[in-house]
Amino acid sequence: MHNPQLNADGKLKHLLTIEGLPKKILTQILDTAETFVGVAERDIKKVPLLRGKTVCNIFFENSTRTRTTFEIAAKRLSADVINLNVGTSSQSKGETILDTVDNLIAMHADMFVVRHGQSGAVHFIAQHVPDNISIINAGDGRHAHPTQGLLDVFTVRRYKPDMHNLRVALVGDVLHSRVARSEIHALTTLGVPEVRVIAPKTLLPTGVEKLGVQVFHDMKAGLKDVDVVMMLRLQSERMSGALLPSAQEYFKTFGLTQEKLSYAKPDAIVMHPGPMNRGVEIDSSVADGHQSVILPQVTYGIAVRMAVMAILAGGSA
Amino acid sequence: MQLPDPETLLTEITTKIQAQLQTNSALVGIHSGGVWILNRILETLKKDIPHGMLDAAMYRDDYAKRGLKNAPKPSNIPFDVTDKRIILIDDIFYTGRTTRAAMNEIFDYGRPASITLAVLINRGGAELPIAPNIVGAEILLKPTQNLQLSQDTKGKLHLSLENNYA
Repeated sequence: MHNPQLNADGKLKHLLTIEGLPKKILTQILDTAETFVGVAERDIKKVPLLRGKTVCNIFFENSTRTRTTFEIAAKRLSADVINLNVGTSSQSKGETILDTVDNLIAMHADMFVVRHGQSGAVHFIAQHVPDNISIINAGDGRHAHPTQGLLDVFTVRRYKPDMHNLRVALVGDVLHSRVARSEIHALTTLGVPEVRVIAPKTLLPTGVEKLGVQVFHDMKAGLKDVDVVMMLRLQSERMSGALLPSAQEYFKTFGLTQEKLSYAKPDAIVMHPGPMNRGVEIDSSVADGHQSVILPQVTYGIAVRMAVMAILAGGSA
Repeated sequence: MQLPDPETLLTEITTKIQAQLQTNSALVGIHSGGVWILNRILETLKKDIPHGMLDAAMYRDDYAKRGLKNAPKPSNIPFDVTDKRIILIDDIFYTGRTTRAAMNEIFDYGRPASITLAVLINRGGAELPIAPNIVGAEILLKPTQNLQLSQDTKGKLHLSLENNYA
């Protein structure tokens, strides 16, 4: 099957989802990101890769952190950046998605970073744009959030370089999480032998086992001897109907406390994509504790997004 | 064509570099060949000289065309560049575009006192007003010829010449 993300030579054209991306490309992105980690420590925190290019952040759904890190990444590559919060602009005046995109193409944007509340909306835009424009999915509905998945595996690889010898647990709201899917695909593609999900039955999609994960409903059993604990945000804003009794009840059973973390390996790292609900999915003492790598994740997120943009921009002429 | 022995050229440029060293000198190798040469020079000099390495791929003028062929190697300049006399080391000098890119990258770390360029071989063909200061050998080659430096597992350097008849 043709992968719409790759061009005829098998090079990355758009980044829409980690699903179906070959290991070679994932490794290329992560290795390239390594070269960008050091850029932030220089006198001049910029490289001239995207000089004269315009990157347009189109956010049909709000996300301050993701938009900010994409903006910093583009600026460190010397691109010009335009931010559009479409929720507050033309769409509320009745413009269609494609009209919005067409207008930006007419303004000679070179790359679009798109977030949309509907799964598949970003693919739809990617099919519509001319050849010289690249699209990066910054999160679409429940479907995918590939740069978050990539930055998470980048963080794992930095702390636990031997990926073929790891046990990773994802904890929490897998059902509503686009990050979880991206993470699972990235981890299994890069050769992590054991990926677990730990969640109440109501927060797991049906058939989650088909993604190649082991399912647990109990923290003690699920966290036993894991190297990496990836917490997921409890998507209260996506929650409809009575999937959970209460936030307190959830914390008691699935919230990550020091006590529950002690079931994992002593040198296990704790990750969270943010924004955190302290006292709901994670206890403050864990979030701020010595095993937490939550803030390094944010730092690495910029390097990973720079790498994706650099790869998309290179070799296109 | 008889190619010179790169090990002899290495000894020559090491001697020339040694003669130029001052208290504020620093050595920077360009990936990959320049870094091999840098490491060999450091081994020979047995001196504690500030040194680093860079991959100028992100500063090249043909980036949009070439892209990042393989993932570039991280640049690492662990000393303060400002007011240093930098000796930039590369294997083969050709168009001068890599040197330009490397100089631009160095300036993003700070303002050096000076930059000189040391290479094993100048193969001719500069497209910019840039020339190496320290040269092991000059060999004029045609654009269809491809001269490559390689390193074997024991660290020894080798030169190979290919003719591309397109």
